[in-house]
Amino acid sequence: MTNMAENNRAVIGLKGKFASSLLEIKEFRGEVTVTVKKEDIIAICKYLKEELGYNMLTDVTAVDYYGKTPRFMLVYNLYSIPAKDRIRIKAPVDESDTSIASATCLWNSANFLEREVFDLFGINFTGHPDLRRILMADDWVGHPLRKDYPLQGPGREPYKGRLS
Amino acid sequence: MASTEIMTVNMGPQHPSTHGVLRLVVELDGEVIQKITPHIGYLHRGVEKLSEHRTYHQTLPLTDRLDYLAPMSNNLGYVLAVEKLLGIEIPERAQTVRVILTELTRLKSHLVWIACHALDIGAMTVFIYAFREREKVMSLYEKISGARMTSSYFRIGGLSADVYDGFEKDVQEIVDTFPGHFDTYEGLLTKNTIWMQRTIGNGVISAEDAINYGITGPALRGSGVDWDLRRDNPYSGYEKYNFQVPVGKNCDTYDRYKVRLVEMREAVKIIKQALDSLKPGPVLANAPQVCYPPKEEVYNTIEGLIHHFKIASEGFPVPEGEVYQSVENPKGELGYYIVSDGGTKPYRMRIRPPSFVNLGAIEKMAKGAMIADLVAVIGTLDIVLGEIDR
Repeated sequence: MTNMAENNRAVIGLKGKFASSLLEIKEFRGEVTVTVKKEDIIAICKYLKEELGYNMLTDVTAVDYYGKTPRFMLVYNLYSIPAKDRIRIKAPVDESDTSIASATCLWNSANFLEREVFDLFGINFTGHPDLRRILMADDWVGHPLRKDYPLQGPGREPYKGRLS
Repeated sequence: MASTEIMTVNMGPQHPSTHGVLRLVVELDGEVIQKITPHIGYLHRGVEKLSEHRTYHQTLPLTDRLDYLAPMSNNLGYVLAVEKLLGIEIPERAQTVRVILTELTRLKSHLVWIACHALDIGAMTVFIYAFREREKVMSLYEKISGARMTSSYFRIGGLSADVYDGFEKDVQEIVDTFPGHFDTYEGLLTKNTIWMQRTIGNGVISAEDAINYGITGPALRGSGVDWDLRRDNPYSGYEKYNFQVPVGKNCDTYDRYKVRLVEMREAVKIIKQALDSLKPGPVLANAPQVCYPPKEEVYNTIEGLIHHFKIASEGFPVPEGEVYQSVENPKGELGYYIVSDGGTKPYRMRIRPPSFVNLGAIEKMAKGAMIADLVAVIGTLDIVLGEIDR
C-alpha cells in the first residue's frame, strides 16, 4: 500500500469505522480501490455517501474471475461532486451465494445499473424493487458476461477463423 | 363522476421521436402519465463481451458505435483509459488535435440534439438548419479519417495520422461561422412562444434528485449543478483552456436547452484556443511496443513490416491492474473501467454509458405530465440507443 492510498480521505474514514470489514486497499495509477466484505456494503456506501459526501453512484458493475473463489467481484464507482474525487469500492461475491444487498435504498441510479449486472452476470440484488433483465430478452437463458458463456452464444460451434 | 380507467400505451421501438429503438410502455390516466416502463436492449451487440476477445487496438473501432453521434468522444475515453493503464505520455500536438476534434464532436452531437428536439416539438426549420451545419463537421470528419461517422481516428498513443493540409483553415471556417448559426437557432427558438410553452416547466428534476439518479452532463447542469469533468477532473490538457460551464436554474427542459446552447458557444471558444496553440510536432507517443510504426516504414522496410505485423496480430501486453477513466461526452460522463490481467486483451471492459443512466430518470421527469410532453422529455435527455444498449 502506498502513501497515496493511506492519505485518501475515504480510506482514513473507512479504517476508523469499518476496520474489520476491509479486505484490501490498493492504489494503481492514482486510483484508490477498497475491497470490503459484501455484508457491509450498504453500511459502507451509506457512510461514504452521508458522512464523506460521495453523493453520486457513477457505476455498478462486476468482474467474473472464473475459476477463482470468490468468483465475482462487484465494483462500485463513487464520485463526490463537492470534493471532485472518486473512490472505488469492491465486494467479492461467490458463486455459491450470488446475492448482495441492493444499493437502490441509497441511490436511484443503482436501479438500472444493478439490473444490468443481474442480467449479464446473474448477481441477485436483495431488496431491489424491480430486478428484471434489462438488455437481454426476458426469456433469455444464461448470463452473457460470465466467462464460461461462449462468445458466439450457447449451443453453437466456436468460431475458428476464416477458412478461405 | 365518470369512472377512469388506466390505459396502457406502447410507444416505440419504431417511433420517430424515441431517437432510435427505445420502447416505452406508458400507463395513462386520460392523457396524464402514471407510469413509464422503458424496454431497452434492441440494439445490444455485446461490445463489452466482444472486447474481451479482441486486442486493445481491435477494440477501438467498437467504441465508435456506442454513441454514434459522437464517435471521437467515445474513442477519446477509450484511448485515455488504455493509456492510463500503460502509463504512457502523449505528445502535445496529439492532445491538442484530440481536443479540437472532440469539441467539434460536441458541436456535431448537440446539433443533432437541437435539430431533433426542435423537430419533435414541432419546429421543423431548426432541423434543416442544424443538419446543414452538421454537414460541415461531417465533411471534416471525412477528410481527416475517411469516414463520416465511424471515424476511429484516435490511436492508443496518439493519432492514426497527422491532420491533412488545410485542416486549420477548415476548422477556422467553422469557428468563424458557427456562432452566427447559433444566433439563428436562438432567434428561432429562445423567445418563440410555442417553444417556451412546451419546454418551460417540462421535465423538472431537482439538483438533489438528478445527482441521486446519476444524471451527468448538460442534463445535470440544467438542474443547477456546477460540475463538468473537463474542468473538474481535466484530461487531454483541458486545464489549459478558458471556458465557462453554464448552469441552469429552473431544472426544466428550457434551462437544459439554454445550457446546451451556451455549451456549443463555449466549445467553439475551446476550439479557437486549441487551434491557436497548435504547434508542429509528433502525433504518436514514443512507445514502439504499443504504437503502429509510420506507414512509410511499413511499406519500405522489413523491420517496419514485422513491427506492424506483430502489433496487428498479437497486440501488446498491458500491465496488470484496473483503471476507470471518464470523459465529458456531449451526453454526460462516459466512463471506461478496464481490468487487465497482464495480457494483450482486456480481461474486462466496462463502459459506463451516460445515456443509460440518464434514461433511468425518465419516469421521475415525466410522471404526472401529459403524454405529448413525454416527447420533449426524451428530447431533452438527449439519449442515443447505441450507447444505452451497447
